[in-house]
Amino acid sequence: MPTLGEPFAHGESIIHGLDPRIRLICATLLTVPTALLLRIDQSAVMLLLGLLLVGSAQLSPIRVLSRLVIVNAFIAFLWFFIPFSTPGSAIGTIGPLTVTREGLVLSALVTLKSNAIVLTLMAMLGTIKVQDLGPAMQSLKVPDKLCHILVFTYRYIFVIHQEYQTMRQAMSARGFCPKTNTHTYRTYAWLVGMLLVKSWDRAERVHGAMICRGFKGKFYSLASFTTSVTDYCFLMGCIMMIIAVHTMDIIKRVFA
Amino acid sequence: MTAPIIELQDITYHFPNRNNALENLTFSLFPKEQIGLFGPNGAGKSTMLHILMGLIKPQKGEVRLFGAPMDSKKCFDEARLKIGFLFQHSDDQLFCPTVLDDVAFGPLNQGLSPDEAQGKAIEALSCVGLNGFEDRVPYRLSGGEKKLVALATILAMEPEVLILDEPTTGLSPEAKERLIDILRNLKMARLVVSHEPDFLAATTDKLLAMRNGHIRQGELKPHTHTHVHEEGDIPHQH
Repeated sequence: MPTLGEPFAHGESIIHGLDPRIRLICATLLTVPTALLLRIDQSAVMLLLGLLLVGSAQLSPIRVLSRLVIVNAFIAFLWFFIPFSTPGSAIGTIGPLTVTREGLVLSALVTLKSNAIVLTLMAMLGTIKVQDLGPAMQSLKVPDKLCHILVFTYRYIFVIHQEYQTMRQAMSARGFCPKTNTHTYRTYAWLVGMLLVKSWDRAERVHGAMICRGFKGKFYSLASFTTSVTDYCFLMGCIMMIIAVHTMDIIKRVFA
Repeated sequence: MTAPIIELQDITYHFPNRNNALENLTFSLFPKEQIGLFGPNGAGKSTMLHILMGLIKPQKGEVRLFGAPMDSKKCFDEARLKIGFLFQHSDDQLFCPTVLDDVAFGPLNQGLSPDEAQGKAIEALSCVGLNGFEDRVPYRLSGGEKKLVALATILAMEPEVLILDEPTTGLSPEAKERLIDILRNLKMARLVVSHEPDFLAATTDKLLAMRNGHIRQGELKPHTHTHVHEEGDIPHQH
């Protein structure tokens, strides 16, 4: 069984106590505008805010770090290309390649923004229990289909992974070990194909079972959410924060 | 005589590119009847169940549920709320993040308020002996527990008839015993499909055999004994 748990969802912190709907809204408010930022200093502010949120959610620092490592492993690749490929003023050379100032700034910007967004999402979205996420999205009028996709992906990813492992074991039992050759590629293609076919069949059976229990395209939920004063204060704080950061951008651009 | 709850008239269904099919199948289940349907793999048992639930449409023939002809999707939608259908694989049936959500899914679809649905769900869970399982995660349960939760999900809808498709698949002997005990306490009409004669003998009072898309009429008396001779896996009379 894979350990795709919800390591951040359980806790007693102030963030865990917030209404899941408020956390969803704040997560959107804090991340989407952050992705649009163009300046290093603003991105650094958002990164600090992300750290602050993770801190107040009292998430395990080791778990947070291990996730950041994965994200930054991808970003590391950017540092291999962007500083050399972005046109701008040269500040040095490595062999035949020229490093530009603009390239370095862009790489730093991407790094800061990505980490800020991942930290914010861990604190705001990661702390929502999966059983609350679907109903919370639904009560925020997110389209039903999107909610269904999310809930079902979470539920069946384990089953699909289990099916994958069963097939993989059956392959090993017949002496399959992957190598760099067409036999391996073809076998993997069949494995993935089979997984798709099986998932499709299962989806049909699950849908049939839901219809048998009276499903007509709409989910009703047992969850009921209540919004407190703290929730509204937090929401206002987030809105003010994001306005402040973006105004800083506009003012600086006007007066620069 | 009262009208049958389930009535199949001259049902014919052929799968594209496959040999197994239903051929002019006729079947009925009356109130309080508890019928066991026995047959080897590929005899068409599951196909028949899916046709009577309206999940697949037969090429020929008529389905009547609770005395009414099922000639539109809407008819089936209403009738299904009174039929408890237990799927062969519990993983197909249980899809919610918690056991309580899953058991309350049917009652919520029936239009009950969240509070009422929750009450029904807790009641159904205690009926199958799973008190305290409300917040458990369905995919982390054992095969036997999953089966019982799946049974609770349909009992919570207070069906007039139970249809069980191979309920013993993958169950340990202990889990099977537990299932038999629970079923014995349920008085509503039922149709149990299985290839285990012992289980059918313990949970139903009339046995029918299905082979190659036909139901062999004529009552078979269920009994248990060990077999060494050929055809020992088919219900028969000595």
